Amino acid sequence: MSVSNLLENWAEFRHTHPVDDKPHDPYKWAMSIDLDTCTGCNACSVACYAENNIAVVGKDKFEHGHTMHWLRIERYWDEDGREFPDQGAQFLPMMCQQCEAAPCETVCPVAATNHTSDGLNSQIYNRCIGSRYCSANCPFKVRYFNWYDYTDRDNAWPDEMKQQLNPDVSVRTKGVMEKCTFCVQRLHEVKSNAKSEGRIVRDGEVQTACQQSCPTGAISFGNLVDSESKIHQQWQAQKVDLVQDKQEKDKGDEPSELRGYRILEELRPYPSVMYLERVRESAV
Amino acid sequence: MKDIREDIAWAKINQDVLKSLENPRKLYWVIVVVAALVFSVGLACEVYQYNVGMGVANLDNPHVWGLYIATFIFWIGMSHSGTLLSAILHLMHADWRKPIYRFAEAMTTFSLMTAGLFVMVHIGRLWQFYYSLPYPNERGIWPNFQSPLLWDAMAIFTYLSSSVLFLYVGMIPDLAICRDNMKDGWRRKLYTLLALGWEGTDRQWRNFRVTYLTIACFLIPLAVSVHSIVASDFAMSQQPGWHVTSFPPYFVAGALYSGCAAIITLFIILRYVFRFEEYMTLPILKKVVRLTFAIAMIWTYLNAVEFASVWYGHDVASKDLLVEKMVGAYAPAWWAMIFCGSVVPFVLFFKRFQTNIPVLFVVSILLNVGMWLERWMIISPTFSHGYYPWMWDHDQWPSLIQWGMVFGSFGWFALLFMLFCKIFPSVSMYEVKEMVYHRSLHTKKTAAVAADKGGQ
Repeated sequence: MSVSNLLENWAEFRHTHPVDDKPHDPYKWAMSIDLDTCTGCNACSVACYAENNIAVVGKDKFEHGHTMHWLRIERYWDEDGREFPDQGAQFLPMMCQQCEAAPCETVCPVAATNHTSDGLNSQIYNRCIGSRYCSANCPFKVRYFNWYDYTDRDNAWPDEMKQQLNPDVSVRTKGVMEKCTFCVQRLHEVKSNAKSEGRIVRDGEVQTACQQSCPTGAISFGNLVDSESKIHQQWQAQKVDLVQDKQEKDKGDEPSELRGYRILEELRPYPSVMYLERVRESAV
Repeated sequence: MKDIREDIAWAKINQDVLKSLENPRKLYWVIVVVAALVFSVGLACEVYQYNVGMGVANLDNPHVWGLYIATFIFWIGMSHSGTLLSAILHLMHADWRKPIYRFAEAMTTFSLMTAGLFVMVHIGRLWQFYYSLPYPNERGIWPNFQSPLLWDAMAIFTYLSSSVLFLYVGMIPDLAICRDNMKDGWRRKLYTLLALGWEGTDRQWRNFRVTYLTIACFLIPLAVSVHSIVASDFAMSQQPGWHVTSFPPYFVAGALYSGCAAIITLFIILRYVFRFEEYMTLPILKKVVRLTFAIAMIWTYLNAVEFASVWYGHDVASKDLLVEKMVGAYAPAWWAMIFCGSVVPFVLFFKRFQTNIPVLFVVSILLNVGMWLERWMIISPTFSHGYYPWMWDHDQWPSLIQWGMVFGSFGWFALLFMLFCKIFPSVSMYEVKEMVYHRSLHTKKTAAVAADKGGQ
């Protein structure tokens, strides 16, 4: 047991967020989701299940709230007096916001969830003991716990389906916490490819599963540090700054032309996902 | 109302207490058997949950914490009054604590051990529990020292080991008495071993006093810190309903409260079961009852402080949650908590009830029901009404497995406690002698002064 290891490596994982002392270089993965184009079709959620070996828990367990959807489509009904089917709804895809100052990270007793140098909030399944403190402290409630042994005992994947499991993603055992990783396995692949060619990852070289499957292209993803990237330009156009807890859009008293916002920003988790407000002729 | 007789012979004290080790009432065995059965219910639930998965507890995403954590806090809280009686009142020279502190200290130890069980049954991968300990490993991996849960683990281990030490050290002179009065057998061997060759020499007594006082001083800050740290699990988080600055003192007050109520319950049971009527007297009970009433008022006050600061703080999420607790799905439990915790203690305010054993028995249990509900009402409503709309109105009620383990924990505690009282003297013999001696000295002095005055 080396104390020096503890002291030297402490700063690797724990520093003031958002990073001043340790700038993201060359990568900071970020996302933006355009709610105006989102149709709530759930394709992203399905793609996420397929890509990340997420257990399908079945109707019974779904009703008990044991569902594992890393990416969920939330539905908000308009409350304007109209009844279904005339009643309008809004959709919001919600996944781990990969917060820069993640509330989940500091509370984990075994340090199973950490910040990576490219700005991801990582989850180490092997280290997790299942105290569920991370989920308790997550403002977005996007962490999912393996309540049962889905692989063996619950047989989430019958034998013929085991062939379709993604070999790049570990299958989780019972009693560990999991959540959206921004498809970290894809990121790793392109990063190591780029590294072997002595460059950084080009914009558009990697897509997350949800982004790839979105029929309306509502989800953009990329490297926020790269000033050429689409994501960087989107964030800049909306004047959303990663290290601010209040953006241009909300600063004035007048309604703003800007659409970009981050959810629960006032709690200062500094999320890495920007949402673009839905544009409507008659705001409800 | 009879207090301890001042002219009681020392040999009789020995005899009475030693008798409790061998000759309790039949009720003792009834309690032991029932406790064992209750514990086996909890054990069966845990075995089932261990094999099938945490899901059987009917916790879910995002309602990830439930009765296990609530009951964990409850048992940690119970442990505090042992220290209050044995250490704080020791420093304050309150002699009435002497006949009852031993069992209170045992209660501390065993309720900590019960609380520890709930950490175990709560975590998803029990078999990897040791990851949370800073143990030597070749990979140089440490637990996360920033996490309040880790502070918790450390604080509880420290408190538990110190409490066990304190309990044991305070018992050494009594163990020697037991050793000297036992016939040959396993008991005598055990007491000989544990008495550490105590002979009651002058030097031994002096060293003993210093040691005992030192541990007492060490234990008091520990007791305060343990529950403050448990409170930090919540206060340091970001969730509405938990992120409250006044939580540490509030938790400590709540802990002393439930502990004192438990002391009343156990006082009444032990007094009857082990025939301790002559030592656990009504005047002593009355003092404990008054103490409980005072702490109940402190707890009520801190509760009001919390509500007021949330209400006037205008933090939307926290305020909504408070309203939700009062009128939402958890309202019956919440109001039951207020009733049991803040209204029922007023029974203790009346002199005629302060020594009425049946009334006190019921009241003390009601107080603890209230305190248990308090812990539940801290945990669960936050999960059904947090910041994020997705979790709103998300009520997940605990399954029978959870209730079974909560139930079982009382069996485990009662079993340990009852076995302790049968094996070790649960009334401190040497300190009762001390108390009687001091009191008779005092009486003589007053008599002498009175005689002097009369003579003049």
